Amino acid sequence: MSKPRLLNREEDTAPLERDLLVRMHDLMVKARVLEERLIQMYKQGHGYFWIGGPGEEAFNVPLGLLMKKGQGPAYDYLHAHYRQSATMLALGEEPIGALRQMKNTASDPYSGGRNFAGHFSKRAWNIAPVSSPIEVQYVMAPGTALAQKRHGGEGITIVTGGDAGTAEGDFASCLVWSSRPGTELPVLMIVTNNQWGISTPAATQHGETNVADRGRAFNIRTKTIDGNDPVTAWRELKEAMEYVRRERKPFLMEAKVSRLYGHSSASGANMVGGELDCLVRFEERLLADGVLTREQMDGVRARHTEEIAALARQVREEPLPGPETIWNHIYAERK
Amino acid sequence: MANMAQAVRMALHYAEQNLGVTDIFGEDVGAPLGGVFTATQGLKTAWNTPLDERGIIGMAIGLAMAGQRPVAEIQFADYIYNTIDLLKIAGNTCWATHGDWNLPMVVKTPVGSGIRGSIYHSHSFDATATHIPGWKIVIPSNPLDAYGLMISACQEINPVMYLEPKALLRIKGEERIPGEPDDDKLLSKLIDAPLGDRSQWQPQWPAELTGYAVPIGKGKVVRPGAQLTVVSYGRTLPLCKKAADDLAAEGVDAEVIDMRSLWPYDWELIKGSVEKTGRVLYVNEDTEVTNFGEHLVRRTVEELFYKLLAPPRLLAGKFLPGIGLADTLEMASVPQQADITAALRALAAEQP
Repeated sequence: MSKPRLLNREEDTAPLERDLLVRMHDLMVKARVLEERLIQMYKQGHGYFWIGGPGEEAFNVPLGLLMKKGQGPAYDYLHAHYRQSATMLALGEEPIGALRQMKNTASDPYSGGRNFAGHFSKRAWNIAPVSSPIEVQYVMAPGTALAQKRHGGEGITIVTGGDAGTAEGDFASCLVWSSRPGTELPVLMIVTNNQWGISTPAATQHGETNVADRGRAFNIRTKTIDGNDPVTAWRELKEAMEYVRRERKPFLMEAKVSRLYGHSSASGANMVGGELDCLVRFEERLLADGVLTREQMDGVRARHTEEIAALARQVREEPLPGPETIWNHIYAERK
Repeated sequence: MANMAQAVRMALHYAEQNLGVTDIFGEDVGAPLGGVFTATQGLKTAWNTPLDERGIIGMAIGLAMAGQRPVAEIQFADYIYNTIDLLKIAGNTCWATHGDWNLPMVVKTPVGSGIRGSIYHSHSFDATATHIPGWKIVIPSNPLDAYGLMISACQEINPVMYLEPKALLRIKGEERIPGEPDDDKLLSKLIDAPLGDRSQWQPQWPAELTGYAVPIGKGKVVRPGAQLTVVSYGRTLPLCKKAADDLAAEGVDAEVIDMRSLWPYDWELIKGSVEKTGRVLYVNEDTEVTNFGEHLVRRTVEELFYKLLAPPRLLAGKFLPGIGLADTLEMASVPQQADITAALRALAAEQP
């Protein structure tokens, strides 16, 4: 057992390699630019609905970088919610997929034009399909984790959701099913806590001090961290993942994050005040530590902005699925 | 002959031995009980779950995603309702991901009245199940079909809802399941868990069991007839068969069709029969408003209108909030033998 650490004490933070910091910054910017482009597409009428994760990049990028990517129980499963674009990019996904899903083109790689933005699915990387009902991913996670427990090796199941969703029974189901005595499961339960459920402040609905405290009743190891700091997120995720990989037992992590553009396009998709911007804070730190110059960071943003804008223009010309395709894939067929 | 619970058990044993079934689970499904209807006794992959229906369906989805082949049980269909959105997700996963994911999973659950189950152990699920696209839905009316449909369900690469008419689970079959012993007492001795301490008990499965399968989507004519058609499934099917046999003495010649699969279903079989007889009665025991039989009536009207000699009829459960415990209440709530016989008699005699 390592000695318990206070939350985000700078001196406890081991310095990360410069290359990693630069890579994380690049991916955070890329994810932010992608989300901003998706919002713009929505506002220009190139999509019906936007929902995503601007404000969660500091946590979601390290998550993607640390995942063991591949297909089947030897690799990590991700049961995500719809604020995970930064994780997808960190895994190596091309941003054009998200743009295609926004525009609901036939070429949308996740749903063929059927589902909302941010509803990723990629079987080749164990990315379980994201669906709109809140928290259902938490009852599926124990299933993939049981297969992994049986399979052996280091693959774990990661499930993510928001704080508001923890009010659903499915969150409790995950705690129960992951911690059955003698059949504990390798599940990393993650709650990205942005303090909101659409328009409802968490403080008006939740009596628990920390969401993570709910794991203790089940003897699940827990931690509440600052998810707005990629260095902290990297270190804490790495430690939690190592525990789950090695012990084949669950871990509940609560990451405090921001929600920079509100809930979704349903609430306007406008930049809101009073939220800490993880990217701004990270850039200040990179600047202060001499990791990157302002010009370099501005260059990163300009490059991603230009590339993603070009992709968006390309996607705008792509056709919608044909009406006859509604009948495709109701059932899987033997190949 | 085996009863339906034994048939399900033997099919699941065959499936875990030969068809890759990895997990058979639900509340009290594993040892010592082996299911509240004994359908999972002695199975090597059977295990007990927390008392959490949403957890059970979620577990099945997760296992199926990770390449396992789960058979999940909801103890009574009355308790499946809090999982509807998960059933909807299981049904839409292949479609919503444009073919990226498929879920080879079976959900089995006992349905219907007939065991004095009161308000929460008597409900049917066929109307609701057939309202959830992306599933295949089967419901046997006898042990042989129960065996063959379970074999098919365990070979499917899509979600299958396996509805077990609980009133028939302890009824012995009239046809032999391939590989079952001829002697019922011997079968019971081999595969039924003893009363009392079962900690040392091991089943002795019949070695000759086969992969006998009833294809999903295929109905069966259980009694040929020329004058009218009665289409049913589950608990009411044997009642329809008996009604038709009884009415033969009155000169009524009814054809009886067992649907066996509710989705996809054997429209060609039904259509051929109705074209021949011109009269059809659909019978089931789910509540009659937005009942699956109403869909069949609509299709009959739309496609066979000019072949009909009488309006297509539906005999189903009354549209009530539940089935009351008192015998008088249950009998009045869902179709019984006399109701079916009377409905068939009336349809046979109906003139414009």
